[in-house]
Amino acid sequence: MRATVLSIGQVSPLVKSGEVSPVDLVRTCLERIDARPELNAFITIMRDSAAAAALAAEQEIAAGRYRGPLHGIPVSVKDLVDVAGTPTTSGSAVPPRMPLADAPIVARLREAGAIIVGKTNLHEFAFGTTSEESAFGPVRHPRDGSRSAGGSSGGAAVALVEGMCFASVGTDTGGSIRIPSAACGTVGLKPTYGELPCDGIVALSTTLDHVGPIARSVADAALMFRVMKSGAQAAPRPSPVQRPYVFGIPEAYFCDRLHPGVRAALARTRESLARAGHQIRPVNVEHAERTAHVYLHIVLPEAAWYHAQLLAAHADRYSPGVRLRLEMGRYVLAEDYVRALHLRTLLRQAVNDALKGCDALLLPTMTIPAPTLGEATVDVDGVREPVRGTMLKLTQLFNMTGHPAIALPAGTTDDGWPVSVQLVGHLDGTDRLIDTAAAVEPYSTGGDGSVGGGTG
Amino acid sequence: MTIDAWLKAACDDAERRGLPDLKPLLETLARATAALRDADRLIDRTRLEP
Repeated sequence: MRATVLSIGQVSPLVKSGEVSPVDLVRTCLERIDARPELNAFITIMRDSAAAAALAAEQEIAAGRYRGPLHGIPVSVKDLVDVAGTPTTSGSAVPPRMPLADAPIVARLREAGAIIVGKTNLHEFAFGTTSEESAFGPVRHPRDGSRSAGGSSGGAAVALVEGMCFASVGTDTGGSIRIPSAACGTVGLKPTYGELPCDGIVALSTTLDHVGPIARSVADAALMFRVMKSGAQAAPRPSPVQRPYVFGIPEAYFCDRLHPGVRAALARTRESLARAGHQIRPVNVEHAERTAHVYLHIVLPEAAWYHAQLLAAHADRYSPGVRLRLEMGRYVLAEDYVRALHLRTLLRQAVNDALKGCDALLLPTMTIPAPTLGEATVDVDGVREPVRGTMLKLTQLFNMTGHPAIALPAGTTDDGWPVSVQLVGHLDGTDRLIDTAAAVEPYSTGGDGSVGGGTG
Repeated sequence: MTIDAWLKAACDDAERRGLPDLKPLLETLARATAALRDADRLIDRTRLEP
């Protein structure tokens, strides 16, 4: 098996023992990046600095100064996140910012020994779900270049499934970690709101923005999350006690219209968990049908506020679709924004109520598999729906409420496209959610390193 | 401001700014705003903290 398709959990003991060199890992990742330029996964490839960091890591480890399981491991960073000395383009032709310092989460990853191989492509300014509006070309699905890899962190997921890195940093304002994870078959974790700092990250909507990892396994995502939260000193958590978990499945709204392959994946996961002795119960998230309306009245004005000065100076350099969405935000009335904020509180309580007595909610991550690039609408179980709306439908609620959520590979459709299930945990319960996800992982096919199949 | 009045003012402004493509998006937003205002009755104003 190629080293670059191993999980971090599999490769890091080999790095620690000296059996595998970080120099070779970085070289192989760079070769994989060079092998598929048509995917547009990366905006900036950090060849020289990655090679130098790999050599330094090799020497440190040989000298007995092993820092931990990320030491010498190549990772990628979404190009919305500052990495000192490289432009933060946000996937846009708008002049980039040139950071002198790493974003805190990047600094923590580097402190733990991770090696950044490059900055990944995205939907411009993270304001889209398909990663097709980018000044650096659309991110293409590795399995079929006419399909979207999801977004906005599309390049991050593609980089991972193609062996261009061992984990990726993504951001998530309405589902932008979980949606590409669903489309490509990776694990994507959105922690509780505010748990990881968004300093040094280009904002989209400051009360909805999250940052988190995309990885090949729950264990890898947990490792990345803990280092992004606490740095190299992140204490390893003991393995959770094996016990029956309780899952609530919210059928209304979340399951009312799904691609048959997605519905089948949820049913498979549910049945496997029940057979293994876990409890499954129906739950209801009250007012969930209000989600999109509330979300729109928060994300639009917050994005318009952030971009006001850039729009004034560089309106013609935005992609037309992204510019129009930003312009739309300028017309939301303050009264309606405040109304949406109050309704968000109501929705947060509704999710808390649904979680009572449960370890996590279990639902699909996305209603459909990877959609075709350039399409405005998509068939969802016999009904044409807007692509953007249906891709966000099952994820955006938890950006508003702040609950932690994780996307897990759940096999493929009959024709081989990855599909995904999502677990939603209690507020401030990201570690508990990770433990629960680790228990679910063996039952939602994909698991460690196989990235859900169908990756071409 | 009623949604109809808001939509007319917004579309006029978009036209004035040379953004006619914004009009269908504003119409979509108007429908979403109507739904949002419909949900307003769910907010219990007696329980709002200052």
